[in-house]
Amino acid sequence: MNAFVEALALFMQTAVQMGTHILLATLGGILCEKVGNINLGIEGMMLLGASVGFSAALATANPAAAVLAAGLAGAAGAFLYAVVAVTLRGNQVVTGLVLTIFGTGVSGFIGNRLSGKAIPQEVLAAFAPVKIPVLRDIPVLGKMLFEQSLYVHASLALAVLIFVYFRHTYSGLNARAVGENPGAADASGINVDLCKYVHICLGGFLCGIGGAWLSLVFVPRWQENITAGAGWIAVALIIFSTWNPVKAVFAAYTFGALKGVGFKFQNIDASLFGRKITFAPQILDMIPYVATIIVLIFIARRKKKEYQSPKGLGTPYFREER
Amino acid sequence: MIRIITKTEPSPMRENLMRIAAVAIALAASAVIMALIGYNPFDVYAKMVQGSLATAYRFRETMNKTIPLVVLSLGIAVAFKMKFWNIGAEGQLYLGAFGATFVALNFGYLPAVLLLPLMFFAGFLCGGFWAFIPAVLKARLGASETLVTLMLNYVALKWIAYLQYGPWKDPAANGFPKIATFEKNAILPSVFGVHIGWIVALVLVVVMYILLRKTKLGYEIAVLGESEATARYAGISVSRVTFIAIMISGGLCGAAGMMQASAIEHSLSEQLSGGLGNTAIITTWLARLSPPAIVVVSFLFSLLLQGGSFLQTSMKIPATVADILQGIIIFFVLGSEFFIRYRFVWTSRKNKGEAAE
Repeated sequence: MNAFVEALALFMQTAVQMGTHILLATLGGILCEKVGNINLGIEGMMLLGASVGFSAALATANPAAAVLAAGLAGAAGAFLYAVVAVTLRGNQVVTGLVLTIFGTGVSGFIGNRLSGKAIPQEVLAAFAPVKIPVLRDIPVLGKMLFEQSLYVHASLALAVLIFVYFRHTYSGLNARAVGENPGAADASGINVDLCKYVHICLGGFLCGIGGAWLSLVFVPRWQENITAGAGWIAVALIIFSTWNPVKAVFAAYTFGALKGVGFKFQNIDASLFGRKITFAPQILDMIPYVATIIVLIFIARRKKKEYQSPKGLGTPYFREER
Repeated sequence: MIRIITKTEPSPMRENLMRIAAVAIALAASAVIMALIGYNPFDVYAKMVQGSLATAYRFRETMNKTIPLVVLSLGIAVAFKMKFWNIGAEGQLYLGAFGATFVALNFGYLPAVLLLPLMFFAGFLCGGFWAFIPAVLKARLGASETLVTLMLNYVALKWIAYLQYGPWKDPAANGFPKIATFEKNAILPSVFGVHIGWIVALVLVVVMYILLRKTKLGYEIAVLGESEATARYAGISVSRVTFIAIMISGGLCGAAGMMQASAIEHSLSEQLSGGLGNTAIITTWLARLSPPAIVVVSFLFSLLLQGGSFLQTSMKIPATVADILQGIIIFFVLGSEFFIRYRFVWTSRKNKGEAAE
């Protein structure tokens, strides 16, 4: 039994680690969608963050600089998106897709010089798991939450912060107004475009540091296409978490766990009705994607009002066409 | 004060000029960026043109990219016309290739005249089936097709990887994970040096043009795309039209997969697509869903792709430069739409005061 608890604790710890970049990206996406913009460029912004963050870590050996650079790279990508989708009223779906292609291209270009290089020791040390005494001895939860990198704690804090921001601050409520009904927000004196720019860029910042979690901490090496579709899972999880940052935490960790299941089961030979079953890793790799589809179906069945998307989502706001 | 006014009647001529101007500005902007990071932009562009057109071999490589792009874009266009955001061309391509490979590996004894059409049919059917899933989920359960098609891309890719590393692994390859190479009669023949897919693609362009513009189904698709309520009011069976159109959409993407497997790879592998399915979304959109324009745009994009991969060998610049260029060009074209749809008007302060009253 003890061995089981031990294994479960380890599994949960890994689940959190495999979900942290997804969490950050989902939070970034929520910021963006709350002001009424669908951004399918999350994957691209994550890759921008991952590659620029890695380069900055190599160049400066300074963990804070690396994370900041990653965030700014993501924000820069988001800024491009905002120029086209907000100011120039371009199609949001296409603009986002292009941002992903663009970000993938740039990260491939930068990453060309990064493969085989190792993250400096200073950076690795800064993000090594912090073992918090006493708390880490709580069964299962202890290892999961109190023996993690500061990066994990920061991402959790961000989730709470964004939750409070949208519920309990004036600017958060204004942002929601922009996402729900930009015309009304405009009439009440909110600068709609500015509000959109700020939130889209902040969202990009979070996606960038989400990507950097992979390249700086979790992997930590450079691989071409290091995010492997996590950005797309984040797009689905935004809906899954009903635009609620706290629910996003659970959603992201659940998906981290699903990925973890894939890893764990590779080595297990089970037998069912006397027949030996082996789990092909490629089939297990499908789990998160299939799970996302199932989740999407459930979301579509939901009718409750607070679970619906921001009303203005996907339509560009244009004062002259009001 | 500057006011922005919707243009009432943008002429197609002007629109196209604006788009060409946008591409030119994008290329100029990219040139500046290249110069900043230490490459001679003229050299880079010259190499790209050389690399995609200069020799018969390179031209063939360019055509080999144009053909699948055209067929994929035609498929995507059908769905987009209906405002069904099928971004699963990549997955549908893989499923189509899977169907074709299944036929090629199991019925390899048939003569080419029978085998190749059978492979094409299997590819079309499998690709259509893969697009049918999100269509059903959308029509019956209301699930967002954008995300479902996207997720199915990954599922399809993993499925091919599973076959390649598992049940379809070629025992003759000494443990190397690859699927067996096709027999000669499962490989598309060449006409004028390029595989026969170019003729198929051109025929499909004509067929799709007629289908979208001149038939009842095409009309129904267009109405459905404009407004589902209108379509219902007009007595169009929404789910029937959706399902047929989506079968065509996914089927064409699957057919592209068949051609890639048969003519290019002579086999099936998890590298078969090389991202063409995603590029095709952009070519479709840039071509405004018009079949003839798709041919032009796809060819230009193939120049970009082939030129990009030539840069890698000739100048040691990563081929991802092509992705970056694509991104910049489309950002500019997207931006230009704004100037096509709206125009700026200068109004004096006094006028504004009057307007406010």
